[in-house]
Amino acid sequence: MTETLTLDKPRSPRRPAARRSNFELYSWLFMRLSGLALVVLVLGHLFIMNIVDGGVHRIDFAFVAGRWSSPFWQFWDLLMLWLAQLHGGNGLRTIIDDYARKDTTRFWLKIMLYASMVVILVLGTLVIFTFDPTIA
Amino acid sequence: MPTTASPPTAAAGASRRSGTLYIGDPGMWSWVAHRITGVLTFFFLFVHVLDTALVRVSPAAYNAVIETYKTPLVALLEVGLVGAVLYHALNGIRVMLVDFWSKGPKYQRPMLWSLLGVWLVVMVPGAFFMLQRAATELFGGH
Repeated sequence: MTETLTLDKPRSPRRPAARRSNFELYSWLFMRLSGLALVVLVLGHLFIMNIVDGGVHRIDFAFVAGRWSSPFWQFWDLLMLWLAQLHGGNGLRTIIDDYARKDTTRFWLKIMLYASMVVILVLGTLVIFTFDPTIA
Repeated sequence: MPTTASPPTAAAGASRRSGTLYIGDPGMWSWVAHRITGVLTFFFLFVHVLDTALVRVSPAAYNAVIETYKTPLVALLEVGLVGAVLYHALNGIRVMLVDFWSKGPKYQRPMLWSLLGVWLVVMVPGAFFMLQRAATELFGGH
């Protein structure tokens, strides 16, 4: 190996093409795209469930069974579940990064966040797909 | 050698206000409110998926939990939830317009007042329908 003289290049026009990830760019974009979809999905859901036709007072097991007999509402709820959980999870990730001062605090808060996201996504998806209106 | 800077003199902040409370800019508060409403909604979603998952347990279990939601106190919480989500949605649209619309940054402040106006116009009748039954139950009458 020959030793070469290396000089700093303070005015180098390009940043070194190190292993830079675009994850934050994609998560930023995802927040906007999912947010746009969630405006329709969530506000529609809240309007139907809370305001129209007696709101929460008409909701019971039979009501849920009636809704999930339609693939349209199954898909609506599934999409809303995934987008909302990823959108909210990403938002909380940002907030943890902003306010957690110690690395260990940040680490454990994120473990809790990711664990809760997995639980909710798996459970919610399972419930939508395996719903049985004739359950005893 | 002192390591800390000398405390600010009373005259420094007295020109505008005598207190020390940082008032901030409406834009900052819209961001604070966006965070708070987002976190609240995320925690609600956690509980909401768990309660809905009871449909896989039994109709009785699901109905028993939903029954507790049909009370005046929870009706009030619902109004809070809808209000929080609606603000988050409207402000989210504002954020997108600021990011993607060429005139967004210029109009960010009027857009904030507009979204608060829209929020109020939607929430007044919305709260009416959500609290109608609770008010009847609490105060009687038909």
